[in-house]
Amino acid sequence: MEKIRFATVWLAGCSGCHMSFLDLDEWLIELSEKVEVVYSPVGCDLKEYPENVDVCLVEGGIANEDNLELIKQVRSRTKLLISFGDCAVTANVPAMRNMLGSTDHVLKRCYLELGDFTPQLPREPGIVPELLERVSPVHEVVDVDIFMPGCPPSSDRIKATLAPLVEGKMPKMEGREMIKFG
Amino acid sequence: MAKTVVIDPVTRIEGHAKISIYLDDAGEVEDARFHVVEFRGFEKFCEGRPMFEMAGITARICGICPVSHLLAAAKTGDKILAVQVPPAGEKLRRMMNLAQLTQSHALSFFHLSSPDFLLGWDSDPAKRNVFGLIAADPDLARAGIRLRQFGQTVIELLGARKIHAAWAVPGGVRSPLSQEGLEWIKDRLPEARQTTELALNLLKRLLDSDLASEVDIFGKFPSLFMGLVAPNGNWEHYGGHLRFIDSDGNIVADGLSEDNYQDYLGEAVENWSYLKFPYYKPLGYPDGIYRVGPLARLNVCDQIGTPDADRELREFRDRAGSRVATSSFFYHYARLVEIMACIEAIEALVEDPDITSSRVRADAGINNLEGVGVSEAPRGTLFHHYKVNENGLIQKVNLIIATGQNNLAMNKTVTQIAKHYIHGNEIPEGLLNRVEAGIRCFDPCLSCSTHAVGQMPLHIELLKPDGTIVDEVYRN
Ligand code: SF4
Repeated sequence: MEKIRFATVWLAGCSGCHMSFLDLDEWLIELSEKVEVVYSPVGCDLKEYPENVDVCLVEGGIANEDNLELIKQVRSRTKLLISFGDCAVTANVPAMRNMLGSTDHVLKRCYLELGDFTPQLPREPGIVPELLERVSPVHEVVDVDIFMPGCPPSSDRIKATLAPLVEGKMPKMEGREMIKFG
Repeated sequence: MAKTVVIDPVTRIEGHAKISIYLDDAGEVEDARFHVVEFRGFEKFCEGRPMFEMAGITARICGICPVSHLLAAAKTGDKILAVQVPPAGEKLRRMMNLAQLTQSHALSFFHLSSPDFLLGWDSDPAKRNVFGLIAADPDLARAGIRLRQFGQTVIELLGARKIHAAWAVPGGVRSPLSQEGLEWIKDRLPEARQTTELALNLLKRLLDSDLASEVDIFGKFPSLFMGLVAPNGNWEHYGGHLRFIDSDGNIVADGLSEDNYQDYLGEAVENWSYLKFPYYKPLGYPDGIYRVGPLARLNVCDQIGTPDADRELREFRDRAGSRVATSSFFYHYARLVEIMACIEAIEALVEDPDITSSRVRADAGINNLEGVGVSEAPRGTLFHHYKVNENGLIQKVNLIIATGQNNLAMNKTVTQIAKHYIHGNEIPEGLLNRVEAGIRCFDPCLSCSTHAVGQMPLHIELLKPDGTIVDEVYRN
């Protein structure tokens, strides 16, 4: 059987979901026999998200312009997109800043508020991406095929999702074991 | 034509970053910059939350070292409650931190960095990763995976989950270690030790052969080093006090308390990175460059205090050629020596009669309105600073994160590597990989590093496209 073209990306998250993926431990060895990892910040050095990806795990919410650009690219080049973890599914912790209204509050607090100098935020065009006004969950921006909540989803849940997929079947995202938040 | 090469994203590190390399007309490197391009703003949105939530929220800063935030939050809470943690509570917290250092260092070495060493800097970028390692050397990959699993499982046995266990709390920890858990740890310790020895031998062999030249090129320069040391000067990761040394091994400052960190740590801001630039205040910016993390901890301590780790530390210093190792490449080596230190410390803890005690938590109300907690995260010293009101609601938060403190050193390292390898406008991928690998030495955790708010002096430079300074702003 041909190997599944598999990718992972992280947007605005804490990388905990990716760490839980690595907690698959020795099952990673089995997985590596069935998938080809074509893009992943922890598992691949290729810099450009490739065409024709079969399955992609997306960690994190959409918080800045780079996230936005990448998720659109991911969607257009991926058959099955999995919203991976609570930050992707609900925007979770990164979205706590949404309650404050605009991004000015967090940025000013961080880089300016306490100072008495010419306002100057980290913002090198093309390098330092601007924050979006609101952090969004992935499905508000692009279509999502599978939702896998959890903060992070346990490695058992990740395995129960990926194992059928690599055999060409759809996982059943039902019940406490599979769709509990937190 | 002068041009800029951008590496985007930097891979096999934890978080979002880019590197710019600025070339002059002749294709020689003028400068290189490491940009951190993520920001979430924890200090602001934590305001108004109950202090007891801080462990749960700040753990979500980082999925690789949530335990560090857990411990720093709990220790800050200890001070706000004004309690003394029972001995078993402290020992259990220590055990969790040792497990975390082990898993995080194993991840850095086996999963993220060893593909460069074992498959080659110039090998196929599609395969130069942990999956490539699995294919090329399955036994080694499995050993490394299981070493990380050991650390993660100890964390789970203590805190009921591997990632984001809200277990350490102000006053101690929520639950004791079960007898069953203790037995599991005892059973797996010998294998963990064996894998650590295997990795140490492997890296030393490479340092004698394939990697010999990297030591001089990958960020070798003088700087200060900072880390916790125990009251007797031994290696420390949880308690003790802070020490600064210079590259000659002179103690620059010792016995520093975290409580007044703002007296000696400042943070500068540059407009090209969300990551600020902490510096040692008495020397100013950027002369106050200092490094933290495994390399710094081995440099600042007099000794580790357990036999095998001390033997490794002596050899480490011999190989560095001086009392203080100044090459950033030695971060990799220091990580492995530290895993040995952690394993020996866990070996001692599992024999400690307190370790299964159920007296693990002291209880109290809000007794202080301010506290600073510190812990040694895998990547270096982590500070949490909270101000609360009478009801324990957070008024102000300041976080000084380990990785940020290496920001100046990371920039210096990528510049040094780029200048060494890159000549001319045709740049092979393998050379760019080496520049990225300069960053991997520090194993930066960028999820963590972009959340610190400083009430610190700032320095901002406004640059023209050609790099000349148009305007400079300082704030003290
Ligand atoms: S869902 Fe939780 S573990 Fe995953 S990225 Fe978000 S905060 Fe981290």
